[in-house]
Amino acid sequence: MIEAVDIYRKMILIRRFEELLLELFSAGKLSGTTHTYVGQEPVAIAVASHLGPGDCVFSNHRCHGHYIAHTGDIEGLLAEIMGRTGGVCGGRGGSQHLHRGNFYSNGIQGGFMPIVVGMALAEKKRARGNVVVAFIGDGTLGEGAVYEALNMAALWSVPLLVVVENNRYAQSTPITLGVAGSIPDRGRCFGLSVGESDGWDVTGLTARFGTLVAQVRNEGRPHMEVVETYRLNAHSKGDDTRATMEVAAFRARDPVEHWGRGLPPGLRAAVDAEVAGRLAETLAAVEAMPLAQLAEVG
Amino acid sequence: MRVVESLNGALHRMMAADPEVVLIGEDVLDPYGGAFKVSKGLSTAFPGQVITTPISEAGLVGVAVGMSLQGFKPVAEIMFGDFVTLAMDQIINHAAKFPWMFGLAALPLVVRVPMGGYRGYGPTHSQSLEALFMAVPGLTMVALSHLHDPGALLERATLDAGVPILFVENKSLYPVELEEGDMVGGLHRRVLDPRRPYPSVALSAAPDERPDVTLVAYGGLVPMAVRVAAEAMIEDEILVEVVVPAQLRPLPIEDILVSAEASGRVLVIEEGPRVGGWGAHVAADLTERAFGRLKAPVARIGARDVPIPSARQMEAQMLPAAGDVLAGIRDLMGKS
Repeated sequence: MIEAVDIYRKMILIRRFEELLLELFSAGKLSGTTHTYVGQEPVAIAVASHLGPGDCVFSNHRCHGHYIAHTGDIEGLLAEIMGRTGGVCGGRGGSQHLHRGNFYSNGIQGGFMPIVVGMALAEKKRARGNVVVAFIGDGTLGEGAVYEALNMAALWSVPLLVVVENNRYAQSTPITLGVAGSIPDRGRCFGLSVGESDGWDVTGLTARFGTLVAQVRNEGRPHMEVVETYRLNAHSKGDDTRATMEVAAFRARDPVEHWGRGLPPGLRAAVDAEVAGRLAETLAAVEAMPLAQLAEVG
Repeated sequence: MRVVESLNGALHRMMAADPEVVLIGEDVLDPYGGAFKVSKGLSTAFPGQVITTPISEAGLVGVAVGMSLQGFKPVAEIMFGDFVTLAMDQIINHAAKFPWMFGLAALPLVVRVPMGGYRGYGPTHSQSLEALFMAVPGLTMVALSHLHDPGALLERATLDAGVPILFVENKSLYPVELEEGDMVGGLHRRVLDPRRPYPSVALSAAPDERPDVTLVAYGGLVPMAVRVAAEAMIEDEILVEVVVPAQLRPLPIEDILVSAEASGRVLVIEEGPRVGGWGAHVAADLTERAFGRLKAPVARIGARDVPIPSARQMEAQMLPAAGDVLAGIRDLMGKS
């Protein structure tokens, strides 16, 4: 079982990494866009802590937290986003298009859902006991490819865990304007097993995904888990149109802050300092890297 | 052997030799065996390697991409090529991007698309959508003809390429007998640069003589091109060299350039609409490279700029006909 301090170390690393990106944007050092994972950190960590080297993860535009939780590779990620030679995809992918080992992400909503079904079908045929995890959001439930994929996943009974992070907004559109009916029922109507989790209950979430990953691995059939969560920052950088009061209410429940308060203050301070130091070193190392060039990546 | 048998035989051979070759598509199980019977017998012989899917083109192409990421060699069958529009996101924003963007060593994937008209299937079952894919970096597009060995092309695409390939099968070619000899319709055949996986073929009544006109054609219009070239020789004594690329994208322009520089007159024909067509790219490329050696602007014949109708006489008025091609050749020679 993952220790409380390790959970905090991972959560605060993701949090500070995202904050660093926003600072770099403000300083004019980044181009393109970024979709931060601030507030949703427990979900990525709860899932990643139960996956093995043969398991696959496919993530979306809001992928930094998933990537860091799964690989720990902040240098490759920062270099990728800063367009440096050490980027995990050589600067081709940037913020949204990552690949390392069995981790993939893409910037298209819903499009990878049939792909994860194919990956899971391949794993079923190979019978290696691996699972495939897909992270999607409430907004992605508007895309038709999701339902083609859920239909096939259920028909073929493949080892796929679909994690729906319901952070209540698709960019600026609230779920009340984007999602008809019930999110869990959308999985149930295809015959998937479906569950719901609380994204603020870090301990419960970690245990829950331990059970779910084992279930998918052992029974070889798909499961959809809907996690209630909330993104505390804007969709990308500063484009927040949500009610200030609403965001403030959720910020008061910040799961990372709450978990940190549960640690001995000295220990928490030490972890904070360790993470701050690691990020500063990573930034310095990445800024020293040459800019990636098209001729080099082919 | 007919084109459909060549493709079916290739799939049988590949599946027998390599359990990682899988076929994914709609209605591909026996006894139906696929709408055009390219998949016939496969699910009986290799039940674990044939996956029949719901009506989900994006879904099935995505499944193929996912299986490829996990080491399989999938062949996705789109029932009618027109339906590939539903899988455009999978092809453009996923398959074509992944190898380059992710630095993958390989992403073997073949998406087979039965394209083409002249059979009265109407506006959504008869199109030739190849031009839509010309603007997709990372994608290779191959079109079979009865002059190539279609099964061999499919085997190379599936087993050797390691990249996403759109494999264009013109429906009108399925029942056509393969031309396997050195002579095709009275023309001498030679393979240009046979080292390439999808080599172009050139045909000429007198291959040692300088051609008067270069006629560029691919896929379903190749039989028409051969007939017209022979007719131009007999009736008008115009020596036409027909150049047939099997690879549409990236375009092997050198194969066309050699003949174009010799003749100075080029006619490109295609079934897809002339507007924004494949031939427009060929013409632009030739003009950039050989302007000074051309005796006339590169001419093009394609479908008229309307959706393809069902009624056979209207379809015939919309698609290129042999008479149009012969007139185009005579125009280039100033003989109209």
